[in-house]
Amino acid sequence: MLSEESKKELEAALGKYPNKRSAVMDALRIAQKGNGGHLTKEDMDEIASMLEMRQVEVNAAAAFYTMYNIEKPVGKYHIQVCRNISCSLLGAEHLIKHMERTLGISTGGTTPDKRFTLSTVECLGSCGTAPMMQINDDYYENLTETRIDELLKTLK
Amino acid sequence: MEGLTEKPLTGHLKPDGEALDISEYEGYGGYEGLRKALRMGHSEIQKEVKEANLRGRGGAGFNTGLKWSFVPMGKDAPRPKYLVANADEMEPGTFKDRFLLERNPHLIIEGMIIASFAIEAETAFVFLRWEYTLAAKRMRRAIAEAYERGYLGRNMLGSGFNLDLRVHVSAGRYICGEETALLNALEGRRAVPRSKPPFPQTSGLWGRPTVVNNVETLSNVPHIITGGAEWYRKLSRSGDGGTKLFGVSGRVKRPGLWELPMGTTAREILEEHAGGMADGFSFRCLIPGGASTEFICEEGLDVKMDFDSVQKAGSRLGTGTMIVLDHTVCPIAALHNLERFFAEESCGWCTPCREGLPWVARLLGAIEDGEGEPGDIETLREHTRSLWVGKTYCALAPGAMEPLKSGLAIFREDFERHIREKGCPSKRERG
Ligand SMILES: Cc1cc2nc3c(=O)[nH]c(=O)nc-3n(C[C@H](O)[C@H](O)[C@H](O)COP(=O)(O)O)c2cc1C
Ligand code: SF4
Ligand code: FES
Repeated sequence: MLSEESKKELEAALGKYPNKRSAVMDALRIAQKGNGGHLTKEDMDEIASMLEMRQVEVNAAAAFYTMYNIEKPVGKYHIQVCRNISCSLLGAEHLIKHMERTLGISTGGTTPDKRFTLSTVECLGSCGTAPMMQINDDYYENLTETRIDELLKTLK
Repeated sequence: MEGLTEKPLTGHLKPDGEALDISEYEGYGGYEGLRKALRMGHSEIQKEVKEANLRGRGGAGFNTGLKWSFVPMGKDAPRPKYLVANADEMEPGTFKDRFLLERNPHLIIEGMIIASFAIEAETAFVFLRWEYTLAAKRMRRAIAEAYERGYLGRNMLGSGFNLDLRVHVSAGRYICGEETALLNALEGRRAVPRSKPPFPQTSGLWGRPTVVNNVETLSNVPHIITGGAEWYRKLSRSGDGGTKLFGVSGRVKRPGLWELPMGTTAREILEEHAGGMADGFSFRCLIPGGASTEFICEEGLDVKMDFDSVQKAGSRLGTGTMIVLDHTVCPIAALHNLERFFAEESCGWCTPCREGLPWVARLLGAIEDGEGEPGDIETLREHTRSLWVGKTYCALAPGAMEPLKSGLAIFREDFERHIREKGCPSKRERG
C-alpha cells in the first residue's frame, strides 16, 4: 500500500504532465522510495489503478527501467560501484573484488544483517575522479582500498 | 559588460564546489541575456544562435539555431510546444553535464527560458538522470528561486510570455538519452527510439512540436544573446562557435574538466591541462569524446578538438571528454568493457543490435580469456559492418562499433597475440 505521504507526492507529480500515464515513472520512484528501496506487486497494482493503466503496462515499465528493484529488497546501504571504462582503467575491478571479500558477499548480494547490498552500475558521470561508487545518494570518488575500508567502518 | 568572460560556462563558479545562487548569478550579469532576449523577436534570437554556430554538445554537433528554426511558429502552430534539456548523461567517460547541473543551475535555466521563448514553448522539462540526486536538489532550488524572481511562470517580467519549468527524473538506461527514446520515456512509455520523420521539432512530446537540447548546449545560449554571435564565434579557435567543456580521464597526472576554446588541440588538453601521463605510465591512444568514438593515437594528437576537425581525422568530437589508454592497459579488455556496456544497454527494439552487440561482447570476452579463435577477428569486423550507420534503428549500435572498428585496426597485433598465445600477453608478462 502506498503511504499517505507517497500519495500526496504522486498527486503533485500528476500536475506536471498532460495525462496520467506520463506520471508512471514518478509514481514508481515515489513508491520505491517509500518502501525502503524496492517495489512490491501491490504498489504496482495500486499505481495502475490510480493512473488508469493496465497492470501489465506498469509492470513492463518497472521491468524495463533499470533503477526499479522489483520484489528485491536492498540493504540499508546500497553500494553501487561504477565498472565502466574510466573507473576500470583505474582499478575498479580490484575494488569490487576487495569489497566482495570484505563484506563476504558477491556482487548483487546483500549481507545477512541487511546492512549492505553490493552492485555494479554504469558510468555515474564522475570519470575524472575515478574510481568511484555511490552509496545510497552520495558519491565517493578517488577510491582506494584503504579509503573503502575506513568508509565501511563508519556505516553502521 | 559585467558577465562576459572568456569562459562563459565556468567563469564565475564558486571554488568551494557549491552552486551559484540566484543573487550571485545575477551579480555576474545573470538573466541579462533573458531580459535582452525578451526584447528581441523569436526569429532574431534563432538567427543570432544560428550565426553563433553553436553546435549541439550532446554529441551530434547539429547547429542549434537551425534546429530551432524547424519548429512551426505563429498563431497556426500546434500548441502547446515543449523544450527539453537532456540531462541524462550516461555515455561512459562523460562527466560534463553533471558538473554544470551541480555548479551553475541558473545558467541552464536561463538558457532553457531563452530557448523556450525562441520557439514559443510554454512548458520545459529537465530530463534528469535518476542517480544525479545532488543535481536534482540544486536544480529544484534554483527553479524555485527563478519563479520567485519572476523569471518563470505567467507573464514573465511583464513580457506576456508564460513558461513552466519542471524536473522529470528518469529511471536508468542509456537509450533514454537518445532524443526520441527520451520523448517516449517522458511520456511514461518504454524508451525505444521513434522513427524520423516526423522530427521532434514538428511532432515530439505528446505529438506536439518539441526541441531537445543538451544541457551544455543550452548553457551557451545566454552568453550568445548578451555578447552577440560575433563575440561568441571569436571565443573559438576554429569554425565552431564558443568554448567547450573538455575532459580527460585515465592515467594522466591531473584528470579533470576544463572550459577551453573550441578547436584546442587534443595534445594541448592532454599535455598542458591534464599534465601529461602519470609517472610510470606512457601514452598508448585515446578515445576523444566518450565511449562511442574512434581511437586516436600519437600521430593524431595535433587534431583540433571541434566537430569538423575530429571528423576529418577519422573520429568524432562526441561529448569532448577523452579517455586515455596507457601502456599497461590490455586493449582487448578495454574494448570488452566498452562493448559489454553497449550490449547491456541495447534497448532491444531492432534485431541487428539486440543480437549483434551481445555476440560482439561475448567474443571479445572469449579472446580476452584466451579462448579466441583465428576467425574471430573477421567475425568482429563483419559486425562493425552489419551494425554500421543505416543498418540499425538508432545511433546506439553504430556508436558502439566506432571504438571496435578502429580498435581492430590499431590493436591488430594484440588481437592476434591473444588468440595465438591463448591469453593476455601483458597479463602474463606482469605475472
Ligand atoms: C544512445 C544515445 C544516447 C544519447 N545520450 C545522450 C545524453 O545522455 N545526453 C545528450 O544530451 N544527448 C544524448 N544523445 C544525443 C541526443 O540524441 C540528441 O542528439 C541531443 O540530446 C540533442 O541535443 P543537442 O543538439 O543540444 O546536442 C544520445 C544519443 C544516442 C544515440
Ligand atoms: S540500434 Fe539498438 S538501441 Fe537503437 S533501436 Fe536498435 S536495438 Fe534499440
Ligand atoms: S566511468 Fe566510472 S564514473 Fe564514468
